[in-house]
Amino acid sequence: MTTVTDTPAAPAAETARPPRKRGRLVPYWLLLPGLLWLVVFFALPMVYQASTSIQTGSLEDGFKVTWHFATYWDALGDYWPQFLRSVLYAGAATILCLALGYPLAYLIAFRAGRWRNVVLILVIAPFFTSFLIRTLAWKTILSDSGPVVSTLNTLHILDVTSWIGMTDGNRVLATPLAVICGLTYNFLPFMILPLYTSLERIDGRLHEAAGDLYATPATTFRKVTFPLSMPGVVSGTLLTFIPAAGDYVNADLLGSTDTRMVGNVIQTQFLRILDYPTAAALSFILMAAILIMVTVYIRRSGTEDLV
Amino acid sequence: MPFVRWLRRNLVVIAGLVTLGYLLLPNVIVTVFSFNKPKGRFNYEWQQFSLDAWTNPCGVADMCGSLSLSLQIALWATIGATVLGTMIAFALVRYRFRARGAVNSLIFLPMAMPEVVMAASLLTLFLNMGAQLGFWTILIAHIMFCLSFVVTAVKARVMSMDPRLEQAAQDLYAGPVQTFVRVTLPIAAPGIAAGALLAFALSFDDFIITNFNAGSTVTFPMFVWGSAQRGTPVQINVIGTAMFIVAVLLVLAAMLVGKRKNKAV
Repeated sequence: MTTVTDTPAAPAAETARPPRKRGRLVPYWLLLPGLLWLVVFFALPMVYQASTSIQTGSLEDGFKVTWHFATYWDALGDYWPQFLRSVLYAGAATILCLALGYPLAYLIAFRAGRWRNVVLILVIAPFFTSFLIRTLAWKTILSDSGPVVSTLNTLHILDVTSWIGMTDGNRVLATPLAVICGLTYNFLPFMILPLYTSLERIDGRLHEAAGDLYATPATTFRKVTFPLSMPGVVSGTLLTFIPAAGDYVNADLLGSTDTRMVGNVIQTQFLRILDYPTAAALSFILMAAILIMVTVYIRRSGTEDLV
Repeated sequence: MPFVRWLRRNLVVIAGLVTLGYLLLPNVIVTVFSFNKPKGRFNYEWQQFSLDAWTNPCGVADMCGSLSLSLQIALWATIGATVLGTMIAFALVRYRFRARGAVNSLIFLPMAMPEVVMAASLLTLFLNMGAQLGFWTILIAHIMFCLSFVVTAVKARVMSMDPRLEQAAQDLYAGPVQTFVRVTLPIAAPGIAAGALLAFALSFDDFIITNFNAGSTVTFPMFVWGSAQRGTPVQINVIGTAMFIVAVLLVLAAMLVGKRKNKAV
């Protein structure tokens, strides 16, 4: 039997050596309770949902598994506009998050100096305030008679956005723009934090080296900083796009019936109409669509080791 | 043109501050409107300064009850998720075993799944089991979705830990338990604390999963949701403002403690 003290003194390898032979079961005991929780309350529910999606029946007579796959086609046929909207809104919000979040992450990582922690706290603190309350605040900010809308009006920006169908006349509330604005706002910290983490890891000497080699700041950013921040960009976009695509809170509080997303449909089907098979099919389609998009995106961006 | 040059040099800073303003604007509005005396049922338009809501924060029926329920659930969910998540994180970082990849994906999936999908699938499970929706189903759901975040936070910290510290402890005749309590746990503590804090915030603020699995139980986010339809009391803004201040103070305190610890090591 080997004991702790007489294991050969190997140099600290980067892969941790399995310690004692005796403790071979230890990892399994450590994993067991948590994994059991995930299997019973995360994986198993997916199976139940799969079976629900191929059931037919009604609430009074009960539902039975009839392998009725047509539910999927019907759901897609009925609700494709909401699916399309989810992808478009979430995509727009993700792009806006990246455009807005990158400068702030860059500021925290390289330019904030001793203000770094203060700015970081201000980014994290809203996490702890109810996001519903903050989303409701957007109703005040974007209200018809408020300063934001009147400024946009005087600058004739609302004419442009109305022309492309983002707003409605001189209103912002209850339009796609309001929903995208809310989505961007809600998921912005999920973009900033991964960006900041990957920017912070960049060795400052690389910037100096680029400067020494006569790169302009813009070139340095394009050739050095941005490529090195790719892991942050990828995880940030995933962390904003996925929840945004399934969200129904923003579309409900800031939108109208014309801005309903697939999340709103799933919520109504499940909790009000009680058409469980359709709701289950819808959420499976959403899940599959997101998994496919994410896989393709990760492959394309070449950061597979990320996950 | 010195101004243009200054502008160009500080473009990033300006853009970053604009984003920060965008992030904080709703918090400012929430705070300002906590001092409002609204005319109708909705607190969306500024009418008149008043301290009524601050002097009587629990004056709205059921609001503080929902608040305390949310705090309880968040507390238990944090404890549950932190214990289970820390165990998983240690197993994943410290041991090689079969099915490690599969375990990693099972941990990753809940974070990569839209909340509404998890919420709906969990509801189908509870419906099929005939479970009574309420406190326990909410707690089960919250532990489930907080777990992965705790694992990720703890894993990051444990991975950056120097294994030689533990070997040194064992060379100095510390038993496995002693090594864990006196060496491993203190070093991993910031990661565990970060995971716990994240779990608390996620659970306390969760609406989507709770909305599906709460039955007729009303947590604070569900109270806010309901009030958005019926009429929002000013007290909601008071709670929102207080939470923001508490959060800032908490994070500040955590950072100060962390700084002192780092200096000591």
